[in-house]
Amino acid sequence: MTTTKTATAPPSPGTRSPRRTQGGEAALAWAFLTPSIVVFALFLAYPLGRTVYLSMHGNDIIGRPNRFVGLSHFAEMASPEFVKVLTTTLLFTIGTVVPGVVGALAIVLLLEGVIRGQRFLRGAFALPFAFSVASASVIFVVFYSPGNSVLNGVLYRLGLDQVPWLTSQDMALWSVCITTVWMNLGYGVLVLAAGIGSIPKEINEAARIDGATGVRLARDVTVPMLGPQLFFLIVISTINALQSFGQIHILTRGGPSGSTTTLVYSIFEDAFAYSTSDFGRASAQALVLLLVVLVCTAVQFGVIERKVHYA
Amino acid sequence: MTATPLTAPERTGGKTPAPAPRGRRRRDPRHLLGRGLLYLLLAVFLIPVLFPVYYVFAGALMEPRELATFPPRLLPTGVHLDSVTAALDAVPFLRMYGNSLLMAGVITIAQLATSALAAYAFVFLRFRGSAVVFALFLATLMVPGEATFIPNYLTIASWGLIDTHLGLVLPFLAYAFGTFLLRQSFKQFPRELYDAARMDGMGHLRFLWTILVPLSRPALSAVGVYVFITSWNMYFWPLIVTRSTEMQTLQIGLNSLKTGEASDPGLLLAGAALSVLPTLALVLFGQRFIVRGLTAGAVK
Repeated sequence: MTTTKTATAPPSPGTRSPRRTQGGEAALAWAFLTPSIVVFALFLAYPLGRTVYLSMHGNDIIGRPNRFVGLSHFAEMASPEFVKVLTTTLLFTIGTVVPGVVGALAIVLLLEGVIRGQRFLRGAFALPFAFSVASASVIFVVFYSPGNSVLNGVLYRLGLDQVPWLTSQDMALWSVCITTVWMNLGYGVLVLAAGIGSIPKEINEAARIDGATGVRLARDVTVPMLGPQLFFLIVISTINALQSFGQIHILTRGGPSGSTTTLVYSIFEDAFAYSTSDFGRASAQALVLLLVVLVCTAVQFGVIERKVHYA
Repeated sequence: MTATPLTAPERTGGKTPAPAPRGRRRRDPRHLLGRGLLYLLLAVFLIPVLFPVYYVFAGALMEPRELATFPPRLLPTGVHLDSVTAALDAVPFLRMYGNSLLMAGVITIAQLATSALAAYAFVFLRFRGSAVVFALFLATLMVPGEATFIPNYLTIASWGLIDTHLGLVLPFLAYAFGTFLLRQSFKQFPRELYDAARMDGMGHLRFLWTILVPLSRPALSAVGVYVFITSWNMYFWPLIVTRSTEMQTLQIGLNSLKTGEASDPGLLLAGAALSVLPTLALVLFGQRFIVRGLTAGAVK
């Protein structure tokens, strides 16, 4: 991590009294930081504390905490119901991160072989990036719709079997994964393409002189050189997958029979989906989500820190 | 979508120079075969990626009955605006456009302002605890929004701001990602220019506004485009803090076009097509800013 080594540069030589300037500078610095700090305090730090408080309290039907329940919300998480939520979250994460990263990598490697129109093609691959979660999901509602599904129409024309995209418990989660991968593929392509652009040209040339082309060049040179970007993409995609909500809300509402209820969707259901709110249970799950995301970020931090030290 | 890139984006937006054409290889039949395979594989990826982009517009312009058949048509027979007008009638689209624009616009301007001020403090001002405060700023990026939405909802509700524009934007007026990116950019600002301006007696705010901001336009645009797209696309928060159709953003309006199992596909596609136009324009014409903003951190 790059901390503020250069941020606190030595004071510029000048005619002003350094002490007075520094006092004034510090006051000004805090004044400049205040807007950000106020927002973070009100909408980030305080909520975190309150989430912990809420997670240890039961509440009445409109969500007001009315009794201390200790860790019982967390103890309830041993239930098969919640284990299923965690399993679904894990499957959704794997089902979006793996195809998303592998697909983006395949695309940028293939694009490397394109001589003319490379930028144009990359732009084309990045287009889904313009679609919001809601617009992408709404399109896939039409694609998956049980009555006259566009995708089933395509399969029908190709002489293939129909797929119960959102109506089957076994298929619904993968259908949501497909939508998510489609939405996020463009971002992966942009990240990895930027990474390829930063590989020194001499390395590619040296490899070419050694006779490495095509698949060998990709396997032995490009992919290893893309290590940092691939790692970054995996971590960011994992964090995004853990936070996915809109596509589940629009496509399946967590169903059928809870088969697409991930952690974030489960938080939403407990806190906001019905007229009764269980903020206590939802807060306990929010803390689990926080913990998982923190672990992912810590892994990212750890690896990058090591890299920087050895660099 | 919360991206939490934590590495230093010192150099971003690198371009890939097109590999030098190697004419002498063109005739080699094995090479030709390789090229054919390459384009075939690219097409295998490109068709599913572009099909939904195509179909959202094609379907929006089809006659509703062309979509109601099975298998649904893939090519429109002509331009029919029935679905588009139906979508415009079904929900107050223009009002929702306005809400989204207002929300994303206010958040973008506010984040640019709060981030620029904070980044300025970290780069140009000396104060005790600078490193610690910066580390705390970075730490805020690790907290997923979904983990704070319940208390934030309760806060907004207790202030009576549910179903108001203010309630939509308040929690997002500052975000450390912008501070982080602008700090990187400000650090590369020539120190001599800063010293010269200060020696001339220029105040910090004036220096920030008249010299630093104009010279940091690329970084500010990158942050601005990123923030605009992410807030334009927000879903969870607008869903829980709005009640009335008049206050809903476009994204929530899209969901309300869906009416159970028997949703009208033309209506949904027309709604999606209308909603995606601004961001599609940004992706088509502002891609370099997007690349810089979104991949910052990915490239060393």
